[in-house]
Amino acid sequence: MTVHEPEPLLRIEGLHVEFPTEDGVVHAVDGVSMEVNPGEIVAVVGESGSGKSVTAMSVLRLLREPPARVRADALTFRGQDLRAMPPRRLRAVRGGPVGMIFQDPMTALNPVMTIGDQIAEAVLLHQERRDRRAAQARAVELLELVGVPDPGQRARQYPHEFSGGMRQRAMIAMAIANDPDLIIADEPTTALDVTIQAQVLDLIQKAQAETGAATVLITHDLGVVAELADRVVVMYAGRVMETAGVEDLFVRPRHPYTVGLLASLPRMDTDTDALDPIPGNPPNMSNPPPGCPFHPRCPLARERCRAERPALLDLGGGRRSACHFPEEVGP
Amino acid sequence: MTDLPADLPGELEARADASAGRSTPWRTGLRRFRRHTVAVVSVGYLLLVVAAAVFAPTLSGYDPNAVDLEHVREAPSAAHWLGTDPTGRDVFSRLLHAARVSLGVGLAAAGLAVVFGTLLGGLAGLLGRWVDSVVMRLADVFLSFPTVVVTVVVAGILGPSVPTMIIAIGLFQWPVCGRIVRGVTLSLREQEYLLAARAAGAGSFWLMTRHIVPAALPPISVAATLAVAQAIGLESTLSFLGLGVQPPTPSWGNMLTDAQSLTVIAGQPWLWLAPGIAVALTVLAVNFIGDGLRDAVDPRQS
Repeated sequence: MTVHEPEPLLRIEGLHVEFPTEDGVVHAVDGVSMEVNPGEIVAVVGESGSGKSVTAMSVLRLLREPPARVRADALTFRGQDLRAMPPRRLRAVRGGPVGMIFQDPMTALNPVMTIGDQIAEAVLLHQERRDRRAAQARAVELLELVGVPDPGQRARQYPHEFSGGMRQRAMIAMAIANDPDLIIADEPTTALDVTIQAQVLDLIQKAQAETGAATVLITHDLGVVAELADRVVVMYAGRVMETAGVEDLFVRPRHPYTVGLLASLPRMDTDTDALDPIPGNPPNMSNPPPGCPFHPRCPLARERCRAERPALLDLGGGRRSACHFPEEVGP
Repeated sequence: MTDLPADLPGELEARADASAGRSTPWRTGLRRFRRHTVAVVSVGYLLLVVAAAVFAPTLSGYDPNAVDLEHVREAPSAAHWLGTDPTGRDVFSRLLHAARVSLGVGLAAAGLAVVFGTLLGGLAGLLGRWVDSVVMRLADVFLSFPTVVVTVVVAGILGPSVPTMIIAIGLFQWPVCGRIVRGVTLSLREQEYLLAARAAGAGSFWLMTRHIVPAALPPISVAATLAVAQAIGLESTLSFLGLGVQPPTPSWGNMLTDAQSLTVIAGQPWLWLAPGIAVALTVLAVNFIGDGLRDAVDPRQS
């Protein structure tokens, strides 16, 4: 990085997260580096267990340590080191300039607190003078902003009186309550009905446009990626496999895993009966294969892949790939 | 963005609720409690006792400590409804004034136990690790002592007085509450909404006061009620043994002290019958209320 390059909003470098278990140490995140620039939407894709959510959680240091062991070469938000931050400052960052949306709005809302109280809580936590009335009023305002009809009435209801889509809207209201610079959305549509998914994605896009916040969108849904993201980070086995602009990634992937992911999508324009899945299974994270973690499933794998772990190489044009032979990869 | 059809039933329900009085968790609990007849009767009885204690001076008409040597050991009469004791003091007046002491000690001791228990249990559950181990072993130690024996020793060392007794009783009641709060905290700790609250910037203290204690309140209220019953019983025991409330201040326990001689038991039942019944009924009523509360807050257990 040269001096002239602006400091990214969020910079993660060499992030490692380990969980000791009875079957040995699980390396959930194994040297992940990525950055998020102001205002951009970065999608983090990968299958279950690829370390996407753990990466997101460690940004706000939400993992319980111990048992989790987190270390990173750099972890900065707006140039401030999140690793060295005292708890008080860290709490000010959480829910303030960094908002988080959770996967399952059924479990991420307290069932015995009204929706209004919970949104007001997010507001209150970041006020100097804790003014309950103002916070409640703001909660109603936020509910209206996220498209909950009759917000005054709805604020007094409990989560069980809300549908899934409405709950996720309330969660989004909490995340944007304090006008964040960064929104981390951890699979925000996974727990929702397909018809509601589109609406919630619309809303996230709208919230992003309105607040100008950069967004980290964690998902395993490539359709969502294509629709929303500016840039994509593909993760596999706790590592970054490839990063690229969204169009580059779909048009010309430079990592065999990305190729596999794209090929396994159902397509409208070809006439096939069967999907084309990636053969094999993701590796056991307490005992990952040596070399490239993808080599047991990779059609291009050869001796070097088994022996040597590929670095995340800069291919120019904002693209990086963790493959020994990126030029051989083709869709 | 338009309203979702999926929301319509919820909307309708909500309106129905609004017209019938909203169904908050408290209302639901109250409704369940009212179904528990014995508990409701007990509440009535207890309110009566509390009223008697509060208005004792006006109700009784006698100074509870006024000695009247011309009327000693008199049987119940129109002048003295429950008779007089060996120094001519009015038993009815003493009974009402004793209610103040006994209820006061019971509530104070239980309150102390609940505050202690909530604090320590919450800390143990939230912080885990060595804090948890230390607090819970401490709870085990306290629970494994025979309460009465140790309180007798404590009262003996510190000298019998009302504050000593409150502290001694509270000290032995907190582990029950502490374990409950710890259990609730542990189960909540893994809930995603606590994580979401932390992600919104909440610290341990906030989580404790806004999420964990409210969630633990129903089981705490049950434990607290039962603690009150126990504390009232313990107070009577200690005072009966002469280690609690000191004469001339009346308490139900030290009134029973008079019944230590066989002649009194056989010949002057008014001296011990009334305080005995008062203790028994009050402890029973508080226990019934505890049962009713348990059914109200946790219908699965009944």
